[in-house]
Amino acid sequence: MKHSSLMKWFVSREGLYYLALAFLLVVLLPLTLDSFRLNMVGKYLTYAFVAIGLVMCWGKAGILSLGQGVFFGLGGYCMAMFLKLEASTPEATAIQSTPGIPDFMDWNQLTELPWFWEPFHSFSFTLLAVVGVPVLLAFVIGVAMFTRRVGGVYFAIITQAIAAVLTILIIGQQGYTGGVNGITDLQTLMGWDIRTDEARNILYFICVGMLFLCLFAARLVQNRKLGRILVAMNAQEMRVRFSGYDVAAFKIFVFCLAAAFAGIGGALFTLLVGFMSPSFIGIVASIEMVIFCALGGRLSILGAVYGALLVNAAKSGFSESFPELWPFAMGALFIGVVLAFPDGLAGLYKSYVMPLEDKVFKRNKSKAVPVGTSQTAEKADDYSPMANTYSPEKS
Amino acid sequence: MFDGYTSSELMSIFAMQGFAGLSLFSVFVLMALGLAIIFGQMGVINMAHGEFMILGAYTTYLTSGFFQSYLPGLFSGYFFIAMVLAFFICAALGALVEWLMIRHLYHRPLDTLLATWGLSLIMQQAYRSIFGAREVGVDLPEWMMGAIPVTEMVDLPINGLFVMVIALSVAVGVYLLMYRSGYGKKVRAVVQNRPMAEAVGINSAGIDRATFALGCGIAGIAGAAFTMIGSTGPSSGQAYIVDTFLVVVFGGAQSLIGTIVSAFGISQAQSTMEFFLSGSMAKVLTLLVVIGILMIRPEGLMALKVRR
Repeated sequence: MKHSSLMKWFVSREGLYYLALAFLLVVLLPLTLDSFRLNMVGKYLTYAFVAIGLVMCWGKAGILSLGQGVFFGLGGYCMAMFLKLEASTPEATAIQSTPGIPDFMDWNQLTELPWFWEPFHSFSFTLLAVVGVPVLLAFVIGVAMFTRRVGGVYFAIITQAIAAVLTILIIGQQGYTGGVNGITDLQTLMGWDIRTDEARNILYFICVGMLFLCLFAARLVQNRKLGRILVAMNAQEMRVRFSGYDVAAFKIFVFCLAAAFAGIGGALFTLLVGFMSPSFIGIVASIEMVIFCALGGRLSILGAVYGALLVNAAKSGFSESFPELWPFAMGALFIGVVLAFPDGLAGLYKSYVMPLEDKVFKRNKSKAVPVGTSQTAEKADDYSPMANTYSPEKS
Repeated sequence: MFDGYTSSELMSIFAMQGFAGLSLFSVFVLMALGLAIIFGQMGVINMAHGEFMILGAYTTYLTSGFFQSYLPGLFSGYFFIAMVLAFFICAALGALVEWLMIRHLYHRPLDTLLATWGLSLIMQQAYRSIFGAREVGVDLPEWMMGAIPVTEMVDLPINGLFVMVIALSVAVGVYLLMYRSGYGKKVRAVVQNRPMAEAVGINSAGIDRATFALGCGIAGIAGAAFTMIGSTGPSSGQAYIVDTFLVVVFGGAQSLIGTIVSAFGISQAQSTMEFFLSGSMAKVLTLLVVIGILMIRPEGLMALKVRR
């Protein structure tokens, strides 16, 4: 994008939606919430990464993965392994029978660091692994499934089984993974104490920054031909295949993209929360991630962010005051979103708020600019054919 | 993994674990049959299937309590009444759910999955509010306790055997219903070609509702049988649901025989490996093998041959 068109984009309607979200996350919430609450918002935002991935994967391309927690967890565990190794210096763990290895390994009678922990001494490797490991797994699953044309419910069930397998594996291999407690007691990142309020605030802003990077990446994909092929694939897979596109390759790509987003989210989760455990990976956690995306509107990447924020805020709110009511609310949310509002908040916004907006926009426009100038042309540009039919984005 | 065992020891280990696997097999068959006829008929995965099973289990629990307090003389036969009750209560709820929810979602199978998951959360929490979070068990009637010694190393517990008998009779019943009755003929017609079946005057919406109710009813029977071999808690159903899905998908969606074969294979593999490895690793290995086979043969073991 050239400079002038970038400016234009920021004052276009879509740009304003992004600005509004940025204002909310960068200005409004940090000013109004205390450090503890802000940290919680940061935690919710890490789920938004997964939700954005699901919008691309499920909303656009129609591939429902019930195993996104796997990728979230892998990203999170990669980061946690690095932090744990940093916390387990020989000096800090001198009381153990084998100093220099993480405490839970010592409790499980391991006497040396397992080979797959070794590379996590390096921070650059860890950063690579946070994205690389989930993408690699997604690639393997994707190649195996999509080239054999497994899709729909089968794919959902198999990803769910994979989530179950990984959880059982992590809990079972306590000596290598920290078991059901997960990897806890993480202290510093490259010598920087991540447990102070100040560090947590900085991490929050890093999280918001990364979120916008992912949003822009997703937007880039959805507004290109690539994004349109994904949507077309969802609607008429056969026709896309007969038009000469390699459907499996596109599916693998979008599944890997979703996995990469989830991995980044998981790593930030570990940093913000200070531990990682199998409870964020399993079947229940993974399927909850789908509702973040569904509530926001399965076709709207911005909606996914709001969905993740709202569901998690409601969850904490309910769990604090009426813990026994939360499952009812969650269940009703699942049923309601599917039966009554399949397009989620973004759909509601589009049908109720946008008409009002249209009026305001039109009034301003008729006052300011005569009809048929550059601005109408730009508006036409804004409404790509896809946006007309599938209402992505506009929330 | 087999080091340090003589071949005769291995034989008895396999026999013992094989019999232990049979009770797991019975639960799988009962759960999977219900799921499979719903999935095969409508392409719908019912995520709340485990909760329907638990509803059947709680029905049995309440019935046994009722018989203990009011009809102690008939206690030895309470289970059969409980089973019938469980079937009808679950089937009625299933029909209601189909009418309220599922029928609006037939064209969106993935959405059904999410909606039924929501239903399962609600049902679980309802059980927790009504029956408490603690697991409950039923008292077995006297004739079901004890074991039959087969060889000196292998004992067959009567309750496990009984559950297996139920599983097999339900399987035979479902087979007769599906392949030897007018209803079954209609169901198969709808599965094979829905528009054509409608064109010859089959009420496919009615068939759908009846099938969903039947599947849920069988889940109820599964729950009743489950109380004979284990205790029931609000989230016991969820513990089995992933395995059951895999059983159904592995067996091939529209094949009842495939479902039974895959239930047998999965339960036996798990039970045998449990002896040599830790329980969690056995489960991981079993699931991984199943996932691996499904990646090579996505249509499952015995698939209906349909042109797509």
